[in-house]
Order: sequence, then C-alpha cells, then structure tokens
Amino acid sequence: MSFHPNDIARRTRLSSYGLIIGFFLLLSAFFNAQVLQSGFYRRASEENRLRAIPLPAPRGIIYDRKGQIIAENLPAYSVSITAPSLDSLRESLKRLQPTLQLTDGDINSAVRRYKRAPTRPTVVLPDASIDVISVLEEHRIDYPRLIIQSVPKRFYPDGPVVASFVGYTGEVTENDLNLPQYEGYKPGQIIGKGGLEKQYESVLRGQEGERYDLVDARGRPVRGVGERPDKNPVAAPSLKTNIDLDLQRFAAATFGDSLQGGVLALDPKNGAVLALYSNPSFDPNRFTGGIPADYWKELNTDPRRPLFNKVIQGTYPPGSTWKLATSVMGLENGLVTMKTHMPITCSGGLQYGRRYFKCWEKKGHGSVDLAGAITHSCDVYFYQLGLKISLSKLAAGGIDLDFDKRSGIDLPNEYKPRFPTRDVRAYYNRLFGANWSNSETLNLAIGQGANSQTVASMAKFYTALATEGTSSTPELVSKKPEQKRIIQLTPEQFAGLRLAMAGVTSAGGTAASANIKGLVIAGKTGSAQNTSNRNKDHAWFVGFAPAENPRIVVAVFLEFGEHGYFAARVASKIIGKYLGYGGEVIANTEGG
Amino acid sequence: MRKIVADYPLVVTALLLSIFGIAMVYSAGQTDTPTVVARVYRSQLLWLAIGILGAYGISRSSVRFIEWVTLPAYLLSVLLLAATLVIGAGAGTAASTKSWLQVGGVRIGQPSELAKLTVVLMLAAVLAARKEPPRSLLDLWKPALVVGIPWVIIMLQPDLGTGIVFIGIFFGMLYWSGVSWPLLLLLGSPVVSLILSFSTGMWGAWFLVLLALILYYRPYLIEGIILLAANIATGVVAPILWEKLAPYQQNRLKVFLDPSADPRASGYHVIQSKIAIGSGGVFGQGFTMGTQKRLAFLPEQHTDFIFAVVGEETGFLGVTVALTLFLVLFLRITQISGRANDSYSSLVAFGLMASWFVHVLVNVGMTLNLMPITGIPLPFFSYGGSFMLASWLAIGVLMRISGEGRGKAAFKAS
Repeated sequence: MSFHPNDIARRTRLSSYGLIIGFFLLLSAFFNAQVLQSGFYRRASEENRLRAIPLPAPRGIIYDRKGQIIAENLPAYSVSITAPSLDSLRESLKRLQPTLQLTDGDINSAVRRYKRAPTRPTVVLPDASIDVISVLEEHRIDYPRLIIQSVPKRFYPDGPVVASFVGYTGEVTENDLNLPQYEGYKPGQIIGKGGLEKQYESVLRGQEGERYDLVDARGRPVRGVGERPDKNPVAAPSLKTNIDLDLQRFAAATFGDSLQGGVLALDPKNGAVLALYSNPSFDPNRFTGGIPADYWKELNTDPRRPLFNKVIQGTYPPGSTWKLATSVMGLENGLVTMKTHMPITCSGGLQYGRRYFKCWEKKGHGSVDLAGAITHSCDVYFYQLGLKISLSKLAAGGIDLDFDKRSGIDLPNEYKPRFPTRDVRAYYNRLFGANWSNSETLNLAIGQGANSQTVASMAKFYTALATEGTSSTPELVSKKPEQKRIIQLTPEQFAGLRLAMAGVTSAGGTAASANIKGLVIAGKTGSAQNTSNRNKDHAWFVGFAPAENPRIVVAVFLEFGEHGYFAARVASKIIGKYLGYGGEVIANTEGG
Repeated sequence: MRKIVADYPLVVTALLLSIFGIAMVYSAGQTDTPTVVARVYRSQLLWLAIGILGAYGISRSSVRFIEWVTLPAYLLSVLLLAATLVIGAGAGTAASTKSWLQVGGVRIGQPSELAKLTVVLMLAAVLAARKEPPRSLLDLWKPALVVGIPWVIIMLQPDLGTGIVFIGIFFGMLYWSGVSWPLLLLLGSPVVSLILSFSTGMWGAWFLVLLALILYYRPYLIEGIILLAANIATGVVAPILWEKLAPYQQNRLKVFLDPSADPRASGYHVIQSKIAIGSGGVFGQGFTMGTQKRLAFLPEQHTDFIFAVVGEETGFLGVTVALTLFLVLFLRITQISGRANDSYSSLVAFGLMASWFVHVLVNVGMTLNLMPITGIPLPFFSYGGSFMLASWLAIGVLMRISGEGRGKAAFKAS
C-alpha cells in the first residue's frame, strides 16, 4: 500500500469527513422519525396496544302522553370475542360451543359479524343467560379474549299491546349496513326494525362509548389500565309520544282474541295519535336479542297475519264510511242540501242501464233526504248523488280530500291507498281496458270500486269532518301539526252532517247499539265487500265524539266483521273509555 | 519491549457502548410476558468480561505476533466456515440457515464472527505486502481471493448480512491501501448493474456512465472487456438470480422497497420498528418502559432490532448519544490507522473500523427502513456471545496498534 504520510493524512481526513457525514445523515433520519413525525408514530403505537371495546348506549326511553313507559332498557349480558384471524375465531367458537350452547346459526352470525368488522370484538351471544355467564366467569382465565359486558336490552312492559306502533329492535343486518342511512353502524349493533323504533332511529339511538383495553401483540389483554380514558356511552334522549297508554291497553283488550282488525284514535285538533292497535299483535320483547326461529315461523304462517299492520298497511274498500266524502262533494258543488231528496225513492235498489244496483236494505228506505241517507246509509240515494256529481268530479273531489295519498303518519312502511287519478278515463281504461261503463260512478259513490283506504287515511279524513274542514296528519310524536283545510262548507252544513252522523248511533241509525247514554257520537258505519269470502264482509266504523265538540276521532276496521255496527260498538267502547263514560254500551235492538 | 499506555478514548468509548448495549439487552428482556430473553443480559455480561480479558491479553502481545498468527487464524476460520456447510445449524429467526457451528446438538458459535476478524487481518497482510497499491483490476486477484473464499461460503449458508459486511471490509481496505476511486467504482460496477437491472432505463444510464469511466480510466483492454461483460451479465442475469433467491430473501428485499406491501408478514418487522422509534419522541418512553417492546410488537428486540428499543425507550436523545459514541469510536480508530507504525497495522485498524461501520450503518438504517433487513447485529448492543467476544478482541488488537503507533504520547518507550 501507499504508506506515505501525506497520503495517509489525506485518507484519514477524507474518511473522517465521510464518517461525520454518514453520522449526520443517520441522525437526521432519526430526527425526522422521533421529533418531526413523533405524533404519528405515537398514535400508531397506541393503536397497536389499545383495543377499543364498544360500550353500547341505551336507546331512548319511549313514554306515553302521561309519562307511562312504553319502551325501556333492562340490563343484559352480551358475550363477545376478539380474534386475530377468521381461523382463530372459528377455533375459539368451536371450543366455546358446548359452554355457550351455540347453535350453528349463532356461529354463522358471529363469523358474518367478524368478516364485516374484524377489529371490533365479535358479538357471539347478544343476550346470554345468567347461567352461561356464571360458567364463563369461572373459566375466565381459559378464554383471555372473551369479553363479557353488561349491555342494555330493550324491553316493552306492555309487549303485544304496543307492538303495532312501537315496532321492535334487532341487530343491524348485512343488507342494512349497505344502506346509506346506516352508514357508520357496526355489525352487532341494535337498530329499530319497525314502528317508532325505526322511524325515530336517529333520535333513539344512543352514542356508543368505548373502553380501551391494553393488549399485547397477540391481542391478549394484559394487566394495567389503558392509558386512554374510557369514552362513556351517551344515552339517547327519551321520546314522548301522544299515545294514551291506558286507552291503548283498553283498545287491545276490546279486540281480545276474537276480533281481527285495527283501530286508530286521533285527537282531531292536532292529529295526535291516542291509540293505534292492530290485532292480532306480536310480542316485540321476543324479538330482542334475535327472534327465536319457531316464533318467527309461527308469526309468518299465522293466517291472521300478526306482522301485517292493519291500521297503516291494510287497504280495504271504505264502503259506506266514504259516503261522507260523496256528501261533502255534493254539498260543496251545491248539488244538494241536507234536505234534498233524490228523484228515485229507495225500494231496495236502482236500475241503471242493464244492471240493477241493490241497496243493502232489501226493504228499501223510501224517500230520504241527504241527512236520512247518511243516517240509514241508503245506497240508492248515493248512487243518484254520485251520478249527479259525475265520475270525474268524484275522482277529483276524492283527490282533493287526499284519498289518493298516505295519511303521512310518522311510522315506516305505510301503504298507499288505491284511488283513481284525476284523468278517470285513462285510469279506468288502464284498469279494465275500454270495457267499462259509467256504473263505476255508482260503485265509487258508495265507497266501493277502485277505492281502497287504510284505517289511517279514513281517520284522517274524519278529523276534517270533526273540525269544520281541517284535516290533521296523524302524529305519534308531536311535531308542528300538519294541517290542511280540505273541506269548504259552511258551519251550518257541517252541523247538518254532524247531526246526520249522530243519527247513525241513535235509535234507528245503522249503529244504534253503539250508543252511549249522555254522549253523542257522530260517525258512519261501513261494510266492505270481501273478495276472499263473499258472506263475510269487512266492517268499518269511523266517527268522533262528542259530536258538538269533538275530542276524539276513532276509526275501527274489523276483518270479516260482517256488520258496521260491530265495528261501531268497538269504537264506542274506546270513545267512552277516553271521554270517561266507563265504556258503557247500551244494548239495543239492531238498526241494520 | 515497549511499555504500552492504554488508549483511553478507545477503551472508554468501547466500554460505554458495551454498558449502554447490555443495559438495552436487559431492557429488551423486560416484556409483559416474560421469555428467555429476560435472562440473556447475564450471559452478555459474562461474554463482555471474557472479551475484556481477551482484549487485555492481546494488548499485552505485539502486532508482530498478531501478524504471525494471521495466516493460521485465517485458514482456521475458513475451515470452520466450511464446516458449517456440513454440520451447521440455524438459530432463531434464521433457523433455515447454517451459520451456527454445532457439535452434538450444542451450538458452539458462529465462525462468521471470527472470520470477520481474520479476513481483516489476512487482507491487511496481503495488501501491506505490496509496495504500491493495486493499479489495475488484475492486480486485485489476491485480495479478492482472500475475501472471496469466505464470502462464497457465507453466501452458501446463506447469510446475506455477513456477506455485505465482507464487501464493506473489502472496499474499505482497498480504499485505505490507496486504490484510486475510479478503480473502486469499476470494481463495484457489476454490483451496481445488478441492483439497477430491475429497471432497464436505469441500467442503460448506468452503462453509459460505466463506458465513460472506462474511457477516462483506460484499463487494460482485457479488463475493459471483462468489466463490460460482467456488467451485462449481472444486468441481464439478475432477474434470473432473483428467481433463485430464497423466498424470505426475496421478501426482505421486497419489503425494503415497500414495507407496507404486506404489513402482516414480512413488512411487519420494519413497521413495528419504525413505530417503536418514532413513538420514543425526544426523551423516550423511559428505560424498560417501551410499550412496543413490552407488549411484544417489536420482533427480535434483543438482537437485530435492539436499536429500536434504544429509540423507543431513550428517545432521540439516547439515539444521539449512541450514534455519537459510535462516531467517536470510528474517528478514534481512523486516527489510530493514521498513526500506525506500519502499513499492516494501519490496514488492520481501518479494516476493523470499516467492518463495524458497515454493521452500524446497515443495522441502524434497517430499523428505520433505510436499509434492507439482513440480520446484521449491532456491535456492542445486539445480544450474541461470539460477536461481543470478537468485538472486544478487535478492541484489543486496536489497543495494541494504537500503543505501537506514532504520535503524541500514545506510548512510552520502555
């Protein structure tokens, strides 16, 4: 080698510079990581060792108008597990299967939840029995990744009584998670599945909290508290409803086991829903924590369709209850007054063209004015009134009275009524082809034909009759009342209609048996042709009381109820209960 | 016989590094779930004691004695290295390699650690024997052979990290012996070609630079042809060689290029190491308190990734102290090389420094993903008996060279 002192000195110098440069390059890399980007790595380090355990928040408590509890939360235990991989999860579940008495369905659900959110503890049993919990607690040491948590569980003290409007809760499904309204939801979380629970999900849902567990690289919890304080769950605010729980219970009891149908009671002044009940009902408490398969099957195979809400989903021909709509149109158009008689007297039917249209009263009503026709529900009178109004004006008038629209009640899945469009010709052509006659006018005038209404929409129409023309949208939870003046009549004309409707529940009316001593109930019975069973018509009654100063509107629908007065008796009991008449029903001879 | 005065800056720096290192090995064992690592600091202490005794012994001998044992020691280490190919065993994460010498199921040591020392000695002997530094590639056949034989054996084990150290030693000592820059560059050109072969454009650009270099340096015609051929071979053959790499080696290289590519598998080590270092901040999480280490997120925390523990627990301050100690040590050794009495001693000193420098650069760089993961230990820090002993024996050699060297009061005549 060249060992000349000058060469050596030069190389020593160069090498030293090289070393110093290398040192500073390396140090600057550490400066970057440890000083400039330290925050980023500190968070990454925290994310490594702190595992967030969700703390479910209690859902908002639902109260009735007087502060009675409709839905609340009870303490329950859930069992979850954390797993580094799907295989590990399956393995753990297999080991836990005998202890937790897991069904294959439970395991599949857990696997599905894991796949959706692998970093979140996977819920294995959402609502474990206390026996299972005590066994698990004994073997805690064997299952370090198991998380047993006290979680709130939804409970409805009145169960089936309130199911029709409150709905039920359940775990958010895979399909739900793909929907935009459930963005931010995690598998295993509970959501409202129907009724108020679904409608007011955003209000009733609490804010999930988090607990931070210290875990090692293999995901096992280690001793010592997390360095991050817990984020406590925030309970949702309570939800006050317009429901009168006592009235609701009374309505459910009135239907009992034998009657099938639904009732909606409204405050005519603001549309507040006082009671909403569909019979038969279901027990929403059994839906909590997963519906047992046999119960689900039972509900779905029951021919009486307990899961089908007969108040907002059932659409039926409104029958004679719709005659008030025809009357309103006749009065509004100045075609009749309450005292107007029709040219053809009722002798049990009307010959129109080549067809004979029967009146429900085979003996006939003789010559009646509009008031009498309402009281006695004379079909022949309304056939003629309908013809006077004309088909297109009947349809247009119906649309102006909102019969083609949903009631707008604050519940999910309300069905839309069936009603002709303004262009009736096109509508009927679409329905029957060119092969239809003007006799559709006669059908429409008495609430038959191309007209099916929900109990909710009929009740809404009657709020307008009860309040001199202003209809109110039914509201379970009070908001700014949605009101609309749909009937343009004079106070005298309203008084006339009320008097005629009061006659319905008086001696000689079609629902005389629904009379309550000392109380005037104004209303209208109806029977709807039943397509499935010709001998068993559906029964309607829609009315309000007291007639002069209405405080309640009640619409009752009984499937296979046969006669309107049966429905009227149910309505009368509910009205009596609400207005403090003890639900006394005076037995009377039937008026028809 | 001259009386030697110890080179205190050298010894004290090495001692401080060793104490820092063993403290970190101790801390590396302080995990939430205790493992065998919790006890290894004790054997590390023992090896340090043995190493210091050995260093003292060597410092009491003479450079001439060292020079005399150079050839036998070199031959012995090559023999031991060759033996690993037959009876070698893997250990730890490198279980599939054969770097450990094992007799009757008992691991004796890693001959490659000894070889790092003896190759330095042998290369120094060969280079010092020449009056002039090598002027052409053909002149380099002897030094190349000295490094090449053990290198090939080590690459057969395979141990990529030690292979890189040998290349570092080779180039460092050639530089110190006076080989000119262009020749060093030409010598290294096939390796550059190999690295750049993954991009045709980059390799093409490099090839033009190489042509310019050859025209400037004007080597013998035959050399020029060999160089070009070698560059083309590595540039073209590289992809085929790549296929021949073991999957874990491929992974390590791939992870070097993009550590987030597969964070759960091979990139995991680097990511966790960077998190540990970065979360240390300026002052660190405190001695033994690093959470990445405690909760086992940091792999190989007592060996390859011990510097991540330094970063996590002592922060940027501790890192600065550790790197400064290394810098002081290396500058001191460079000085010793400069002051050495003869070219053999001078080359030995510089070669030892070059070896450690490559270790530190690659190991510390690896913890921040500046270098590929090659499993090179950090001198005085990483747990490992052979390496600690070899390092202190090297300190002993340096003490002796320093003692015999010229200059200010480094020694007194007896």
